[in-house]
Amino acid sequence: MQNDLILKVENLNVEFDGNKILSDLSFEVKRGEILAVVGPNGAGKTVLFRALLGLVPYTGKFLWQKGIKVGYVPQRFIVERDIPLSVKEFLGYKKESKSKVAEVLKWVGFYTSDEHHLERHLLNQPLGVLSGGELQKVLIAFALLGEPKVLLFDEPTTGIDLGGEETIYNLLKKLRDDHNLTIIFISHDIHVVYQYANNVLCLNKEKICFGPPHEALSREELKKLYGTEVGIYPHTHKH
Amino acid sequence: MIDQNLIFSMIAAGVVGAAAGYLGSIMVLRRLALAGDVLSHVALPGIGIALLYNLNPFLMAFAFLFAASWLIWLLEKKTRLPTEALIGIFFVASLAIGVMIIPELEELGGALFGDISAIDLGDAVFAIVLSAVVFILGSRIYKGLVLGTISEDLAVANGVKLRKINLLFLALVAVIVALGVKVVGTLLMGALIIVSATAAKNLSRNIARYASLSTIFGMVSAPFGLWIARFYDLPPGPMIILVGIGIFLLSLLNRK
Repeated sequence: MQNDLILKVENLNVEFDGNKILSDLSFEVKRGEILAVVGPNGAGKTVLFRALLGLVPYTGKFLWQKGIKVGYVPQRFIVERDIPLSVKEFLGYKKESKSKVAEVLKWVGFYTSDEHHLERHLLNQPLGVLSGGELQKVLIAFALLGEPKVLLFDEPTTGIDLGGEETIYNLLKKLRDDHNLTIIFISHDIHVVYQYANNVLCLNKEKICFGPPHEALSREELKKLYGTEVGIYPHTHKH
Repeated sequence: MIDQNLIFSMIAAGVVGAAAGYLGSIMVLRRLALAGDVLSHVALPGIGIALLYNLNPFLMAFAFLFAASWLIWLLEKKTRLPTEALIGIFFVASLAIGVMIIPELEELGGALFGDISAIDLGDAVFAIVLSAVVFILGSRIYKGLVLGTISEDLAVANGVKLRKINLLFLALVAVIVALGVKVVGTLLMGALIIVSATAAKNLSRNIARYASLSTIFGMVSAPFGLWIARFYDLPPGPMIILVGIGIFLLSLLNRK
């Protein structure tokens, strides 16, 4: 495998009870890339992630770069408000030092002047009382503990309040730039793909397109992907 | 002279109560409170067969409990039936079979509501050893079970062998329920499992506190209820549960 190749997927197939969910999927991901996986509901995006993580049976093959660690941020899930699990205990599952946890929390945007503040207002809080943005950041921090080189991110939620002007995609880009991460994210939102991804994989059970967004996402491809005209056009300024 | 039998009974009730509280904290976290209650009735046919053929009631109760948990665990994966429906079916079937094969009404009463007066030194030691095993194994899988409760994908992606530890957890529950059958009986064993944990949850904002409070409530309420029952000549099983309910009501005052 070439040195800068992080992931090589070849003829990947996944089926559940005889239903093809993913069919003959092949693509590559290079180091430092941000790859967006887009497609309609039921296109198999999450299943692709689950296959890459070894959570579902598959045929065909994929190869991660040798010895590489993969961090995973699952689709946002509901944490019951009254679940007695503190953020500290949750992050503690990764068995990292206290200082490492504080450092990673800083990466995802929990700025703090002193440790006691962080302890009281975040670490000792139950997971269920966090706001949507805080929970999303804690889940990213969880994925980042253990020094992964790749981040698989299922549906970063747009419109979530991370505080200030920061959006989840700015954060992902910053993580890539500052910490040499390769990022693969799933999205419904074609807008963010143009803005943040180097490459896009359009998926609807099979590969519809793959490549840099401006080249890969033609109107025809989008129509093929979503089955109708999609009212989103890239800003190519050719009027 | 101190009543030796009462001491053995209180020790047995204390350790079983503690272990039930500890495992119960997971049951309640996973919203399996009622499943735990129902599962305890599955012990009944086992006890019936033990009485009929003069076998060890604990072993027979455990065999039935574990077989039922394992079947539910298996059927959950193979069929698409919801777990609650499966547990419901096991429950009514067990109750029906159990009541049919336990002949004497008095013996049925003992199986349903416990008969801790029959506990001797051997039983107490047995309860201590098994409860210790439950704590040791339980603490090894506790974190994985909690992570699996929040998100199965997250747990499995982080190396938690969820299917495997679920089965082990069910086996541990079967051990404790079988032990508890003698203390509070099959009808109320489920209550012993869930009542401490529900009270502890009201008072906790982190897992460490939740698990220890649940254990402590179980450890205190079981011998205390037993002692009150002996003092006023009341049935011990229901008294133990009422003490647990009392702790639960108090915990509501201080809900976090």
